[in-house]
Amino acid sequence: MSQVIETGKAFEFTAENVEKAQKFIARYPEGRQQSAVMPLLDLAQRQNENWLSKETLEYVGNFLNVPYMRVLEVATFYTMYNLKPVGKYFLQLCRTTPCWLRGSDDLEAVCKNKLGITNGETTEDGMFSLLEVECLGACVNAPVVQINDDFYEDLNAENFEAVLDKLASGEVPPKGPQIDRINSAPEGGPATLLEKTGDA
Amino acid sequence: MPTLTVDGVEVTVDPGTTVLQACEEAGAEIPRFCYHERLSIAGNCRMCLVEMEKAPKLIASCAMPAGDGMVIHTNSQKVKEGREGAMEFLLINHPLDCPICDQGGECDLQDQSMAYGSGNSRYDELKRSVAEKNMGPLIKTTMTRCIHCTRCVRFATEVAGVEELGAINRGENMEIATYLEQALDSELSGNIIDLCPVGALTSKPYAFTARPWELSKTESVDVLDAVGANIRIDSRGKEVMRFLPRLNEDVNEEWLSDRSRFSYDGLKAQRLDTPYVRKDGQLQPASWGEAFDTIAAKLDGLEGGKIGALAGDLACAESMTALKDLMDLLESPNIDCRQDGAALTTESRSGYLFNTSIAGIDEADALLIVGSNPRHEAALINARIRKRWKRGNFPIALIGEQVDLTYGYDYLGAGPATLKEVAEGKHSFAETLKKAERPMIIVGQGALSRNDGAAVLALAKKIADEYGLVSDDWNGFNVLHTAAARVAGLDLGLVPGEGSRSATEMLDGSLEVLFLLGADEIDTSKLTNSFVIYQGSHGDAGASAADVILPGAAYTEKDATWVNTEGRVQLGRRAVFPPGDAREDWTILRALSEKLEKTLPYNTIRELREKMVEVAPHFADIDQVTAADWTPFGTEGTIEDAPFANPITDYYLTNPISRSSRIMAECSATFSKVKGEGTGTNG
Amino acid sequence: MLKDQDRIFTNLYGIHDWKLAGAKSRGIWDNTKTLIEMGQDGIIDAMKESGLRGRGGAGFPTGLKWSFMPKESDGRPSYLVVNADESEPGTCKDREIMRFDPHRLLEGCLVAGFAMRAIAAYIYIRGEFVQEAINLEIAIQEAYDDGLIGKNASGSGYDFDIYLHRGAGAYICGEETALIESLEGNKGQPRLKPPFPANVGVWGCPSTVNNVESIAVAPEILRRGEGWFSGLGRPNNTGTKLFCISGHVNKPCNVEEEMGIPLKELIEKHAGGVRGGWDNLLAIIPGGSSVPMLPKETCDTMLMDFDSLRDAQSGLGTAAVIVMDKSTDVIRAIERLSHFYKHESCGQCTPCREGTGWMWRVMQRLVSGDAEIEEIDMLINVSKRIEGHTICALGDAAAWPIQGLVRHFRPVIEERIKSRKAARAA
Repeated sequence: MSQVIETGKAFEFTAENVEKAQKFIARYPEGRQQSAVMPLLDLAQRQNENWLSKETLEYVGNFLNVPYMRVLEVATFYTMYNLKPVGKYFLQLCRTTPCWLRGSDDLEAVCKNKLGITNGETTEDGMFSLLEVECLGACVNAPVVQINDDFYEDLNAENFEAVLDKLASGEVPPKGPQIDRINSAPEGGPATLLEKTGDA
Repeated sequence: MPTLTVDGVEVTVDPGTTVLQACEEAGAEIPRFCYHERLSIAGNCRMCLVEMEKAPKLIASCAMPAGDGMVIHTNSQKVKEGREGAMEFLLINHPLDCPICDQGGECDLQDQSMAYGSGNSRYDELKRSVAEKNMGPLIKTTMTRCIHCTRCVRFATEVAGVEELGAINRGENMEIATYLEQALDSELSGNIIDLCPVGALTSKPYAFTARPWELSKTESVDVLDAVGANIRIDSRGKEVMRFLPRLNEDVNEEWLSDRSRFSYDGLKAQRLDTPYVRKDGQLQPASWGEAFDTIAAKLDGLEGGKIGALAGDLACAESMTALKDLMDLLESPNIDCRQDGAALTTESRSGYLFNTSIAGIDEADALLIVGSNPRHEAALINARIRKRWKRGNFPIALIGEQVDLTYGYDYLGAGPATLKEVAEGKHSFAETLKKAERPMIIVGQGALSRNDGAAVLALAKKIADEYGLVSDDWNGFNVLHTAAARVAGLDLGLVPGEGSRSATEMLDGSLEVLFLLGADEIDTSKLTNSFVIYQGSHGDAGASAADVILPGAAYTEKDATWVNTEGRVQLGRRAVFPPGDAREDWTILRALSEKLEKTLPYNTIRELREKMVEVAPHFADIDQVTAADWTPFGTEGTIEDAPFANPITDYYLTNPISRSSRIMAECSATFSKVKGEGTGTNG
Repeated sequence: MLKDQDRIFTNLYGIHDWKLAGAKSRGIWDNTKTLIEMGQDGIIDAMKESGLRGRGGAGFPTGLKWSFMPKESDGRPSYLVVNADESEPGTCKDREIMRFDPHRLLEGCLVAGFAMRAIAAYIYIRGEFVQEAINLEIAIQEAYDDGLIGKNASGSGYDFDIYLHRGAGAYICGEETALIESLEGNKGQPRLKPPFPANVGVWGCPSTVNNVESIAVAPEILRRGEGWFSGLGRPNNTGTKLFCISGHVNKPCNVEEEMGIPLKELIEKHAGGVRGGWDNLLAIIPGGSSVPMLPKETCDTMLMDFDSLRDAQSGLGTAAVIVMDKSTDVIRAIERLSHFYKHESCGQCTPCREGTGWMWRVMQRLVSGDAEIEEIDMLINVSKRIEGHTICALGDAAAWPIQGLVRHFRPVIEERIKSRKAARAA
């Protein structure tokens, strides 16, 4: 039983990604190309519909001359590498205490009731996958759901449903706070940093 | 040199010593699971925690360098609680399946649980279960038992040099596995069974066959290659149940290669357990008397020049001595121990030994390998080379077949021409050898078992002489043998005298009588007109060509002497009796000699060994290497174009015992790239 | 309340232009060369004098840490590694620096890197921060293009490179040696110490790992003078600090405040107060998930700095204030954290790998009440067997929230067990 899926389809970087990969490798000292395993896995995942197959893992191993086993260790250690296909919109729902205190359970319920999926599942139409994750690091804008690359913040059942509706209809709603708020400033507007630049 | 206090005892230790080692020097026992002196330090099991004064927390003694003035306590309440805690955490998810676990009775977890555990469990949750992992035909996994010490991963990566084993996932889901559950492709894989402190990795062939406490343990040596690894034969009744390595820092450290470890089922198959005589073209069981009578009748009145004898790869020194003496009494000069036709002579012992010694590799600073794949020919020597290479500043170059040796090397070329270039200083590696203080060369049988072998040997010697491979305190010239019998055979003079026939010539069918002492890696196709006597343990190539078969003992069934590639004399000991009518080999020759009225002059093995010492005095120095003087050898000649071909094409099938082993057959089918080749050794 | 002119992170809320032009208008990269001209010792002395303690959680004096780096190379280069793997639950301050004030961090890298004789800085940013990484990449390119970093960085004569390395989802990579492992392309499993990174760090070279905030404040401290910084806060707890206020407050937010600000003032002035009023407060986790919680009565008078919180058996940690009002199922709040630590344990060493899962499973039963009263003591005992026995501090971090819970809310746990038993009996 292996947790790696073989697709039977060969994988190789696009010309553009080969160039990007070379740039990543160049960031590290000579002979330390193993350091580029993580950026290259990310690059491969982005090219491969957001997941890593056996072919992509081995391609990265060959690209960097790193043993497959070391690549697999990395791919299974970090949570952001998907080892099975995920939906077009990959919902990562934060469930750690700061988000939970502000209603992440409600968002979980939305996924269940509206999309019919629970943790680890993908909708039948392949549009949405749900993964419950640990702290995403946007706690003062809790609760948070990361959808593909973007954080959707200050969610509640209502505005989360609205976000999902928009995505389902092919529209990408603006990321960030889903309430009237500037980033991590308090709701209603900043109470500090009111001077224009604050330079000394 | 730091001085520290351990439980009130002051010890001074070498710089670089760990606290754990210092504690042991002070006589304090430190429990451990992940720590292993031959592997990198992981510090993950947390069993070796000790208290260090002024440190806020317990320290992992395996990882902490001993420092001057440290005050260590290994038995304080805090330490006891720390150990009990580590023990408890290790056990909460460990199954309670000791009664059906093969590790039972030799399990570190079991033992340390008795010594340091609390005796009861407070864990009320469900225990974790982990799916078994395929690791191939040799390693049985029960991964639920794994305590994640990572010894196996570190061994594979560091010692064996195969990055196929790893720990995937993280946290409590961490699992040890090979890449996509492929078989672990290493000649040293069995060692992870010994290293595993629990029953997660056990021997697949040995599974459920015996308990350690019902086994007789016999200290002996391995003979399935020329390394001479020290082994323990575990037997029950008349059956060898398994082989384990025995510690010998100078030879095998504490490792054993897979072929040597797992060929034991070959000792029970294809055995020659009664004499045979060919009648009407068919080999038929016979009595000893009948077999001897047939031989005596054939030899009666035959002149010595028409008789020849070949000693095979597994022959012991005792039987070779008896064979040589018998041939002398029969006035035959035709005797050879080099069934592969290697161009080695007895003129200088240093010309056929691994003079540097195995442990000496640790001190070398450059290496040229010629016509050899040490990974297959001497896996444990290869591991030593890798160990030295990992330390750095050890340029290695190879002339011969380009193969994966588990370490990096410069590939210089395929054959003798390249060697000549090096010898003539036309190659940059010549410079490397010259500059090195302790350079070495390893010449394999692939370079010597050829028509121009003598010329190749002479070239190698030239390199040794001209590039300073040999000095007063260093001999960097090495011949790597693949046969356990070879060095003793050369020591005892089993080479044809002037004008007599070599192995190759004896096999051309021109002799009236040919005596094969366990010689199986030969081409018997031209022997149709020769009367062939085969003495040995297994029904292999030699036996099938025989007219008379004399059933001998395998190496586990006799007290016998072996000399490894370094020239180290070691004693093998009998663990079980030979099957059926088979007998210890020297006694067969002794009995035959009496029948032929050429009685050998010894009645006991002691007397025989005295004879051996007479011929070669170093046979008295058991377990020692007697350094050989650097005296002239080699004959210059013309070299050929053909590239060097390594002697072993299938690591798992090099000898009659391994070829009779189902385990080895399975390994061969699983791992060997070259399929369908019946024998492993090409002469 | 801290005056705006004493605030360092003037674009905390991303209202202004975060790119180079905007950064320069806020005084970043303003003649950085003069800072470098202070010399390595001058910078390190000033940092020591400023009293800055590491903003990543442990609070180790930053200047002292820099001084551990070798003054002369033995042939190996030295590296600055910036820990931008912000993952401690409750903490979201470095994110703001990286997306809205990236040049402040980059300028800090140059100054700090120069002070420790590093040839380059590697910024290890958590993988989930995609936008933040994009902004940083743009800022790095801007800085190269403007000659601020690279060869002869900022005209100082010093060559200095800055590279970004994205993580891929592992809290443990916030531990400095795990981060180094990850930077080398391995699993993020902490290393044994010694050797310490300043001797053997990334790629076997001397390295110092600093939090984003610690590095980002350095240029401003040097510009305004160490006395300015040390004049804020209290002795041994100087300067300003980014606080993240999350949970049951009316207006969760990030804010830069003076060290030592009373907790109550912090919440009421900046976060709109506790939901339902201060008296509706149940408990606060004052420094990110790893530090033990404080019950309301302690919160009333608590000062937010390293020493005050340490004295209250808690810690300032990352200054991430997680507020829980009286509606909170406090057992579940901690159970969630126990799950977090189980999920994030690297699995390398025994007590953490086995113990975090054990504690979480017991915590789950404490949430439902399906437990025995004695198991509370057992849980504490298990937590003590983890604490102090692991390779890195994740074991401690997993133990402390549970210890804090039992210390302050034992009756709640007991009550839950009793009522569950009663319900089952009925």
